[in-house]
Amino acid sequence: MLSRTADNLYWLTRYVERADCLARILDVSQRLAYTPVTYGGSTNEWGSAVLSAGCADLYTNRYGPLEEATEENVVSFLAFEAENASSIRNCFEVARTNARSVRTALTSEMWDVINSAWIELRNFPNRPLTRDELARFLAFVKETSLRFDGATFRTMLRNDAYWFARSGVQLERADNTARILDVKYHVLLPEKEHVGGPLDYFQWTSILRSVSALTAFHWVYRDSVKPWLVADLLILNRQMPRSLAACYDSLARNLDDIAGAYGRQGPSQRLGRSMLARLTNRSIEDIFQTGLHEFISEFISDNNKLGAEITEQYLT
Amino acid sequence: MRQTFDEMSSSDGTVRPAYETLSQWLSNVPQDVLAHRRKEAEFIFRRIGITFAVYGEQNAQERLIPFDIVPRILTKEEWVQLSKGLEQRVKALNHYIHDVYSKREILKAGKIPEELVYKNPAFRPEMNGQRVPHDLYVHIAGIDIVRTDPSTFYVLEDNARTPSGVSYMLENREIMLRLFPELFSMYKVAPVENYADDLLATLRSLSPHSGHEPNVVILTPGIYNSAYYEHSFLADKLGVDLVEGRDLFVKDAVVYMRTTEGPKRVDVIYRRLDDDFLDPLAFRRDSVLGVPGLMSAYQAGNVTLTNAVGTGVADDKAVYSYMPEIIKFYLGEEPILPNVPTWRCREPDHLKYVLEHLPELVVKEVHGSGGYGMLVGPTADKAQIEAFRAKVSATPDNFIAQPTLALSTCPTLVEQGVAPRHVDLRPFILSGSDKVRIVPGGLTRVAMKEGSLVVNSSQGGGTKDTWVLDV
Repeated sequence: MLSRTADNLYWLTRYVERADCLARILDVSQRLAYTPVTYGGSTNEWGSAVLSAGCADLYTNRYGPLEEATEENVVSFLAFEAENASSIRNCFEVARTNARSVRTALTSEMWDVINSAWIELRNFPNRPLTRDELARFLAFVKETSLRFDGATFRTMLRNDAYWFARSGVQLERADNTARILDVKYHVLLPEKEHVGGPLDYFQWTSILRSVSALTAFHWVYRDSVKPWLVADLLILNRQMPRSLAACYDSLARNLDDIAGAYGRQGPSQRLGRSMLARLTNRSIEDIFQTGLHEFISEFISDNNKLGAEITEQYLT
Repeated sequence: MRQTFDEMSSSDGTVRPAYETLSQWLSNVPQDVLAHRRKEAEFIFRRIGITFAVYGEQNAQERLIPFDIVPRILTKEEWVQLSKGLEQRVKALNHYIHDVYSKREILKAGKIPEELVYKNPAFRPEMNGQRVPHDLYVHIAGIDIVRTDPSTFYVLEDNARTPSGVSYMLENREIMLRLFPELFSMYKVAPVENYADDLLATLRSLSPHSGHEPNVVILTPGIYNSAYYEHSFLADKLGVDLVEGRDLFVKDAVVYMRTTEGPKRVDVIYRRLDDDFLDPLAFRRDSVLGVPGLMSAYQAGNVTLTNAVGTGVADDKAVYSYMPEIIKFYLGEEPILPNVPTWRCREPDHLKYVLEHLPELVVKEVHGSGGYGMLVGPTADKAQIEAFRAKVSATPDNFIAQPTLALSTCPTLVEQGVAPRHVDLRPFILSGSDKVRIVPGGLTRVAMKEGSLVVNSSQGGGTKDTWVLDV
């Protein structure tokens, strides 16, 4: 297929996934910000939302220090701002532009989701939203990514176009999960050092909520929420679709499918497999021992490197 | 001005046989149901993203062309006559262009003034002596037809470069099938959906090599082009890659596209890009839309461009006025479809007549298109007429004039209900190395404003589904 087409597809799915992630971060921040401080709510929850979204520099340039971040500023910055290239609105705009450029590579169902979302986006007023409106907006964003994923899964031919589209989703998803962990790593402590107590409980559950994993947690561990288990679920557990291991499981397979179809392996397959190996046959204690923060930082950097390898190998 | 011919009802109010069922159906269906279906159609069009852009309008990056839900009906007999005439016309165009770029017999015979070729801005000296596969130049033509009475279909314009609109022909039919299945059970309508297959077969037949399956692509200027939707639509229907200039490169006079598996050779390019922008090394040097070296590959015979380079030499309005002679010269036949009588302002006696009769005439720029830069005498005010008088007197070569035709009308759903509106017709003619293919139908454009004769979408015109009856 055309390199430009593959590139557009890969970024289209990344942007839809990013919008979905931002919507969940906003959702959770709102919930946590309304929780009384005595129950673990914190005053700078909006600042950590910006950190999790990975656009702290741009935010501080525009609004000042993260410690003073307000709900109104952060919501408008992450959801709507034109100057923030990764705001939800911009994600949808870019997704639609990409979709128009590669319409022939999309099924009509996929196009319909993207185009309808772009039209619907115009129905949200251009002023600070009320709480109700914001809730409706966030639900709409999550709904859109669900429908888009569903349309992709149900209607696309299983060929290189599909694998590039799915690689975009997995790479972006892994990045998002890793960044949420990176912001909150200090509340995720190993079993022996467990000193948090009830105050941290709301922080742990909020991490789970931001990747839609609270219910899953209970089904997997049949235990109350414990920080090391939260880390285990989001990093190593392959049952959990947003865990780093699950993302790389799919990603490595998608890349192998591409290599299989083209009859040639390359640097991105090798890096993908080595990263999957790093997430396989390890225990979370092991990771805590070498340092959770270091592990996550390294992961984020390697994940970016893989994105660059895919671009180099196929998309230019 | 003669009485307007309405395609549904004659002047005494009797409904023509082909329209009887439709007319009855229209009077049975309540107005609000029709209005609702029209809204539904608009909703579907917007969802699918069938939009076009109007150049020079702010914030109008994507606009819908109004779609009228009342179909236009042509009988089988009418279509047979039309399609014979269209085939004849396109054959003559191909002969003419071949001649212009090779022996120039028509010039030697004195049938056409030399300046119409040599001073034509669309004349491409690069094409002199250049062989193209099967001596075919215009593979995809759109011929604009207007009707003035039961038996007369005039050719209004030949489009031999990159005619657009075929996606509307196909999508309009899809929408009609979706919204009004009951109507299709009452009529036998010839299908148009095989257009994509016909186009692909035509393009494949033009490959410069035999032996392997040709790699056919569609070349678009990109998403900001007004017809981008159509480009992607066609690529999708044909199952071929939609490429931009930057996706192609030329090495050793062979065209390749950049794919995820490395370079892949390209054999046939259906380009929706004007000559000027094709190759910055050969034509406009500032073009970023084209492919450097494309002309060298073309001249080496390694790739086919459809339509060929330089076809514009045959489709401006000055050449148009010679089409009857062109048909006779190459085919030895009388034109089946007449030309609209045309005054060439380049000829002094014609110019004199035109300047004396401006309020009755339609005056057009020779190289104009899209309804821009034209004067419709009867509806123009004094100032507009005087402005044109000055322009025509200053550069008479740039203008032609025609009588204001009473274009036929068709029933159309407007605010006040169903009322007659003026229409034209653009059928699409495909010329492959094996045969000429024309799907029965075309794009009917309709002037939505009462009395208006300008059907161009850039001027607020709409479209209709065009039915050719199969009985």
